[in-house]
Amino acid sequence: MSSNLIDALFIFMLACFIGFEVIRHVSPLLHTPLMSLTNALDAIAVVGAIVLVGERKSEFATVLGVIAIVAATSNVVGGFLITDRMLKMFKTSRPVKNK
Amino acid sequence: MNPDFAGNQYVIEFTYLIASALFIFSLKWMSSPATARHGIWAGEVGMVLAIAGTLLRHGIVDYKWIAIGLVLGSGIGIPLGMVQMTAVPQRTALSHAFGALCVTLVGSAEFYLRTPNVPKFMMSVLSMEVILGGLTVTGSLMAAGKLQEILPQRPITYKGQNLVNFLLLAVAIGSAVYLVLHPEAKQLFPLIVGISLIFGVFLIIPIGGADMPTVISLLNGYAGLSAAAMGFVLDSKLLIIAGALDGSSGLILSVIMSKAMNRSFTNVLFGAFGQVQAAAVGAAQARPVHSATPEEAAAILSAANKVVIVPGYGMAVAQAQHKVRELYDILTKKGVEVRFAIHPVAGRMPGHMNVLLAEADIPYDRLIEMDEINGDFPQTDVALVIGANDVTNPAARTDASSPIYGMPILDVDKAHTVMVIKRSMSPGFAGIDNPLYYLPNTLMLFGDAKQFVGAIVRELSGGH
Repeated sequence: MSSNLIDALFIFMLACFIGFEVIRHVSPLLHTPLMSLTNALDAIAVVGAIVLVGERKSEFATVLGVIAIVAATSNVVGGFLITDRMLKMFKTSRPVKNK
Repeated sequence: MNPDFAGNQYVIEFTYLIASALFIFSLKWMSSPATARHGIWAGEVGMVLAIAGTLLRHGIVDYKWIAIGLVLGSGIGIPLGMVQMTAVPQRTALSHAFGALCVTLVGSAEFYLRTPNVPKFMMSVLSMEVILGGLTVTGSLMAAGKLQEILPQRPITYKGQNLVNFLLLAVAIGSAVYLVLHPEAKQLFPLIVGISLIFGVFLIIPIGGADMPTVISLLNGYAGLSAAAMGFVLDSKLLIIAGALDGSSGLILSVIMSKAMNRSFTNVLFGAFGQVQAAAVGAAQARPVHSATPEEAAAILSAANKVVIVPGYGMAVAQAQHKVRELYDILTKKGVEVRFAIHPVAGRMPGHMNVLLAEADIPYDRLIEMDEINGDFPQTDVALVIGANDVTNPAARTDASSPIYGMPILDVDKAHTVMVIKRSMSPGFAGIDNPLYYLPNTLMLFGDAKQFVGAIVRELSGGH
C-alpha cells in the first residue's frame, strides 16, 4: 500500500468523525433540508466527471462522463435551490436570540 | 491571475482545501435554523471553488463537453429545485439516484481506462464504488416511484426474498473479489454493475411507505459512501471528505429513524423492513367508537387551554397543512396554547412534517420533538391527531404481541380528550389496529383532513 493510500484512509476516518459530530447536532427540525444539502454537497463528484471529460481519454469515457456531469450538476443546482427555499420558510414566533 | 500560476497543482489543491472546510462549515451551520442559510452560502462557494479549481487542471483540453454537461445539468436542476414541498421526498430520492448515477458512470469509465492494470486496493474500492452506486441508482428510482405513487406503495414480499437478495449481493461481491485477484477477467465488471442495479430494485420491492424515512436516509448514506470510494479511486481528498460527510449524515439519520421505529440497525442495513407487519391484519372487529361533528370538535377546542396537534402523512396527502395553519391562528387568537408534536418518522422522510408546517407559515418554535412533548400530554386538554396512525398507537407501549411493540410513540392517549381526524375505521397503512380509537376519551372525526379542519375553522370563526 502506498503512503498516499494510508493518508487517504486517515482523511476518510477523520472526515467520518467530523461528519458524525456535526450531524449529531443538527436539529431534527432541519433533517429534510439537511438531506437536500448533503445531496448537493455530495454532487462534488462532478469534479471527477469533469476531469474524465476534459482529459478526453476515450470516446466511451467522454460519453459516460458527460452524462455524469449532467446528473451531478442537476443535483448541485436543484439541491441548493430547494434547500434555500425550505430554509426561507422556517420562521420563529419569537425574536431570534443569539446564544 | 498570473498565467503561469493557472494549472499549478498547489493552487488547485488549495481551492480543494478551502472547499472542504466550507463543506464542514456548511453542515455545522445547519445545526440551527438561525444560521442554516449561511450553510447554503458556504456550500455554494465551496462548490464553485472546487469546480473552478478543477477546470484549471493541466490535463483538461476539452471544455466544450464540460460546458454542455454543466448547462444541461443546470437546466434539469432548476425545475427539480422548484418542486412543491409535498413532493420533496420523491425529489430527494431522485437526486440520490442522480448522485449515485454520476459515481457509477465515472467508476465504470475509470475501470475501462485502467484495466487490466488496476492495483488490488484500487480494484476493491472501485468495486465498492460501483456496487454501492449501482444499487443506490435503482433503489432510489424505485423509492421515488413508490413515493410518487407510480409504483404500488404496499410492500411486495415473497417466500425466500431475503435469500434471493442475499445471493444476488453475494454474487456481486464474489465477482468483485475474483476481479481483484484476477485483474484480467474484465468481462466480470459489467456483471458486477448489472447485478448491483438489479439488487437495488429487489432491495426496495419489500419496503412499504411507512418505512420510507429509514430507506431514504440509508440510500443517502450509500450515495455518500460510494462518492467517498470514488475519492479513493481518483485520489481526491475533497471527494473523500464530501463523501464521508454525506455518508455519515445518511447513516446517522437512518439510525435515528430505525430507533424511532424500534428496529435494530442491522435490520435496517440488510433491508429486512416491511415484513413484520403482515401479521396483525384482521384484528379490527366492530368495537364501539365515539364520533363527533365539526361543531362539537370546535366547541371542545375553543374551551381548551392547551392543544397539541399531531400531524402525520395523512395531513400531507390531504394537503391540509394550510387549513391547519388557519386553525392554529384562530385558536392562538382565542388564547389557546397550540403546539405541534412531531414524531421522528411522521411522513415519508426525516423532518418531512416540519417542512410542510413551515411552508404553511407555522413558526418552528411551535414544532416540538417527541421526547420533549411526551411528558406534557397528561396536562394537555386536547390532542388533535391529523392523519397520523401508528405513531400514536398505545399498543406499542402495552401490547407485547403487537408488531410495533416497543416503538416509541406520542402518548396522545394521556391527553384529557383525543380527537382523531380519519377517513374511516379501516386500519392504516401498516394494517395494525389502533386501540386509541376505542378509548372512552377519544372522539373520531370522520372525513377528509382538509375539509374537516376547514369545517372546524369555519365553526370557530363564525359567531362567538
